[in-house]
Amino acid sequence: MQPLLTVEHLTTVFDTPLGPVAAVDDVSFEVRAGETLGLVGESGSGKSVTALSIIRLVQPPGRIAGGRIVFKGRDLLALDEHDLQAVRGADIALIFQEPMTALNPVFTIGDQIAETLRVHGRATGRAAKAQSIELLRAVQIPNPESRIADYPHQLSGGMRQRVLIAMALACRPALVIADEPTTALDVTIQAQVLDLLREMKAAFNLSLLLITHDLGVIAETADRVAVMYAGRIVETGPVRTIFRQPQHPYTRGLLASIPGGTPGQRLRAIEGTVPLLGALPPGCAFNPRCPDRFEPCTSAPPPDYAVGPEQTAKCYLHDRRTA
Amino acid sequence: MPLVEVAHLTKHFTRGRGLVRKGAIVKAVDDVSFAIEEGETFGLVGESGSGKTTTGRCMLRLVEPTAGVVRFRGEDVLAFPPPRMRRARRDMQMVFQDPYSSLNPRMRARQIVEEPLVIHRLGAKGERRARVVDLFRLVGLDPAHLERYPREFSGGQRQRIALARALALNPSFVVLDEPVSALDVSVQAQVINLLMDLQQQLKLTYLFIAHDLRLVEHICSRVAVMYLGKIVEMGSTAALFRAPQHPYTKALLSAIPIPDPDARRQ
Repeated sequence: MQPLLTVEHLTTVFDTPLGPVAAVDDVSFEVRAGETLGLVGESGSGKSVTALSIIRLVQPPGRIAGGRIVFKGRDLLALDEHDLQAVRGADIALIFQEPMTALNPVFTIGDQIAETLRVHGRATGRAAKAQSIELLRAVQIPNPESRIADYPHQLSGGMRQRVLIAMALACRPALVIADEPTTALDVTIQAQVLDLLREMKAAFNLSLLLITHDLGVIAETADRVAVMYAGRIVETGPVRTIFRQPQHPYTRGLLASIPGGTPGQRLRAIEGTVPLLGALPPGCAFNPRCPDRFEPCTSAPPPDYAVGPEQTAKCYLHDRRTA
Repeated sequence: MPLVEVAHLTKHFTRGRGLVRKGAIVKAVDDVSFAIEEGETFGLVGESGSGKTTTGRCMLRLVEPTAGVVRFRGEDVLAFPPPRMRRARRDMQMVFQDPYSSLNPRMRARQIVEEPLVIHRLGAKGERRARVVDLFRLVGLDPAHLERYPREFSGGQRQRIALARALALNPSFVVLDEPVSALDVSVQAQVINLLMDLQQQLKLTYLFIAHDLRLVEHICSRVAVMYLGKIVEMGSTAALFRAPQHPYTKALLSAIPIPDPDARRQ
């Protein structure tokens, strides 16, 4: 089956006084029709920059330095701004982490949903209003007829996130990119929003690229997982395999550091800290923190190794010649 | 005798009050009572707005409670006159959630850790310096980095600095307000391990304020669940997680995403 979105060798750099620094470094993955791909990583791993790169919203000093982003057979990096505008927000929609800053405080939520419809030529005037109400109803906002006149500050965090989901769905996108959609929310609200995303995915026949640092959210929502570290995807695989048989030491470390097991026991932390992008260690970026490090790790960044059905890991442990 | 005891603690805030309008009263903390035994980690969990942070702040009198009693080693903290309160503060310290905003960006790490000693006029300059170096080592920082500014440290290291500062006065009781929720997963575990080590080593008593129930289950012996300013359920962590009684506790526990694809929430 043809994937809906294919990202090939994407490299996004930030120009700094010390030269370009790659926030996303030769990243390749695909999102298949109807699936949820979970992109997991810690802060600075490049997961949000990857999302912004897909819809070409990286702001200077950041810029896409190479690669291809093929969506429905078209390379988004080759489109002019006008054609891109038609894709962005319509065919590919984005849901951001912070529902307060993503909404404009001086317009009603009805205005903001209607604007999305109008900009993309889907509906205007009364039709736009009627559709806005239907969208709010779809994301289970009570009394949508009166709620469309509310301003963002009149809504709770969970309700605002529902509005953002409604806006994202307004033009019936094929792909929704959700960047930490529940991180700012309380755990009970998070559960509701995750349920809603799941229902919307089925109802609107969406593919979902879900970006998060929370492995619990990944386990619950994703079909496949890509793990990012220091700008690179270090492991990909089906969600069950990633949790049951992680093959990259970083993935193993992340899973092991989740509290659980015997209360009061020391947690199995990953030593050290996430490296700064401008000062990556030579070879595998994880090598200074890796419990399994050996000679090849410091020489060159490891390539992808096929380590199981649909599973790859960038780790020399899986190289037959060295390991 | 418990180390810290809170009885009928209440904190009301008035919002929307103007010249004429009386404003509405928000009961941020509403008749809260619990006791923390020496050496234990007591968890206070709840969602945003539940009053857990305000409870912690009231206990240290960082905000003055509206009513209620806070006893520390049997003494009524709220009745302390200012000089006595200052002395009591040495024994009760707080670590805040966000090490990016809780450390003064203009101060060097050494100054940040030393400041409590200066304020409380403890030790001569040389002694203070030596103490700061010890504290740096205690929390797993390299004393070679003493002269650096907060921005030169990672989030986890910054929280270690905040911890060193809180421990400078040798407190017996530390309020940890979401101490790891601003940190990355892999770094969270390091800081949690450090907190558990320090507790053993220094015989510390913790009030651990958190919304992450997995963490609370891991490190707290007892836990109180707050909702809209009230404690709705309290008990040993094991019992409360195994058999929650209050509907809100049940909802809270069932909402945790389980990091296991075969145990998806229904």
